[in-house]
Amino acid sequence: MDSILTLQNIDKVYGRKIKTQVIFDLNLEFNPGSFNSIIGQSGSGKSTLLNIMGTLDRPTKGTVLIEGRDTGALKKNDLSKLRNEAIGFVFQFHYLLPEFTTLENILMPQWIKNKKIEPEIQRRAEELIEVVGLEKVKNNLATDMSGGQQQRAAIARALMNRPRILLADEPTGNLDSETSDSIYRLLKDINREFQSTFIVITHDKKIAERTDRIIELKDGRVYTDVSQK
Amino acid sequence: MRFPLKIAWRFLKSGKGQTLLILAGIAIGISVQVFIGLLIQGLQTSLVDSTIGNSSQVTIESRENNGAIFDYQEKEDTIREQIEGVEELSPTLTLPAFISLEEEAESALIRGFEFEKAEGIYGFREKITEGTLPENSGEVMVGIGLAENLDLEIEDVLEIFNFDGDQGDVKITGIFDIGVTNLNESWIVSELQTAQEIFQREASVTAIEIQVEEVFDADIIGEEIEGLMEDDVKVTNWKDANQDLLSGLQGQDISSIMIQIFVVVAVVLGISSVLAISVLQRSKQIGILKAMGVNDQSASLIFLFQGLILGILGGLIGIALGLLLSYSFMIFATNPDGSPVVEIVINYNFIGLSFVIAVAASTLAALIPAKKSSKLQPIEVIRNG
Ligand SMILES: Nc1ncnc2c1ncn2[C@@H]1O[C@H](COP(=O)(O)OP(=O)(O)O)[C@@H](O)[C@H]1O
Ligand SMILES: [Mg+2]
Repeated sequence: MDSILTLQNIDKVYGRKIKTQVIFDLNLEFNPGSFNSIIGQSGSGKSTLLNIMGTLDRPTKGTVLIEGRDTGALKKNDLSKLRNEAIGFVFQFHYLLPEFTTLENILMPQWIKNKKIEPEIQRRAEELIEVVGLEKVKNNLATDMSGGQQQRAAIARALMNRPRILLADEPTGNLDSETSDSIYRLLKDINREFQSTFIVITHDKKIAERTDRIIELKDGRVYTDVSQK
Repeated sequence: MRFPLKIAWRFLKSGKGQTLLILAGIAIGISVQVFIGLLIQGLQTSLVDSTIGNSSQVTIESRENNGAIFDYQEKEDTIREQIEGVEELSPTLTLPAFISLEEEAESALIRGFEFEKAEGIYGFREKITEGTLPENSGEVMVGIGLAENLDLEIEDVLEIFNFDGDQGDVKITGIFDIGVTNLNESWIVSELQTAQEIFQREASVTAIEIQVEEVFDADIIGEEIEGLMEDDVKVTNWKDANQDLLSGLQGQDISSIMIQIFVVVAVVLGISSVLAISVLQRSKQIGILKAMGVNDQSASLIFLFQGLILGILGGLIGIALGLLLSYSFMIFATNPDGSPVVEIVINYNFIGLSFVIAVAASTLAALIPAKKSSKLQPIEVIRNG
């Protein structure tokens, strides 16, 4: 199976004067449709790695290939387009736009595409709202929802453009265990249904154990890499 | 283009307090700019009008002092046919003379007009305070100052003479007040023919007086006319004779423009500082939008559009306010007789320009925030929570 996302010899060094290297010669490949988790201690470089995979940050050295394309060679606007069309992000802090309603936030990736919202797209958004269970609050402003609801909305938003890759950085990091459990079940269902590739950072071993593959980072290197089933 | 506009509009709508504050700033600035501009224009118009509104703006005279022009009819026709922008043309025979009194003589200026033509310049009909226009040969009207000084009344007969030996008796049919003291004290106005008879200058005039449509074009029209005339006449215009007034007006223009520029600069600074704050406040949103694939151009357009929208709305409100101010000024700042101190005329070009300035200035003010928005890296926002 061809890798959908490939990291080759990635180094990441922060700082100009005082240099701190946080990723060391890292190589990883991800299979299309797989559900991967990344675990590791705080400060081990998980977020840094995820941001590099999502083209939000550039590696100091090495190559990021997305669907076989070298992202380092893409122009800024092409990167933006790639992010819009191929990648969905769920961040630890949900980051909905407080000026917009839930439904509008979920439609945002389509708006960014500068597409007219066809009935079919509208239906897709409504469906996603149902999937994440936010029918009752879909016309609320993002700020008028609980943390769990906002995180669900952020997940629905990340899925709006049917991304081939979904990147999530501790999406349940500041939610109670019950809510976070339901969100993982949701992610799992969606992964199965939409066949996107999921790469999720978590600090919760129990959750990681329910994914196809667990990658553990330690001090900027892959410490263990275990595929299950 | 639709996307940044949509976001811009929503940002403005959800930051209502801030938006209203900037709008108020732009609107007040533009209203002041419009009001001051219109007021100064009104002042200048009324000043120019009171100075030259009722006098000749371009004058054709013989080169010889008080020399005769015989072909004045012909000259009139030529000018009417060939020169554009001429509004009134009036031939006049104007000569100094004396009124003989019992023991002495009073100097005066006899002005013979074809009243139909002179009316457009001097508007005598409205300025008669007593009696009527002189219609027949041998009839005159005198200025109110002259009438008071010499104790003249309607039906009085005056004996007029000059040192060339010309003389004649005229009967007063009316008294006028032309609004300028020294003219009121010296003018004796008659039909052209009456003046021609007194001075034995049949079929000639001393000058052709002209008013033009655009008073500030008087010098240009004067030159055009001069080009058509033979060398025996000279053409003068009001601008040559009123350099002081002109430089006064120019000074006013410059100070008015300075005021307007400072107002606009203040508006620009105000908008750009508020928008700059708004970029900071919304850096999270901008970062997340960029992470979702909004490119740098669209990110900067979000703020340019905010400037544009603020400029359009603020400009419209400002112009409405400025007009309201102007009307109020006309209604409340009045002379004792109820007429406005300054007659403000709505100059559509000026107002259009003010609108363009409001929109351009606001968009310009949004440039720095737009640049900031374009430069913002999504990773900064995401890394720092
Ligand atoms: N902008 C930065 N400048 C310098 N050091 C940084 C920066 N961002 C992260 N780091 C450091 O890099 C290391 C990895 O951070 P991070 O990727 O956030 O780890 P994790 O997500 O696993 O907690 C940490 O030691 C952190 O202090
Ligand atoms: Mg992290």
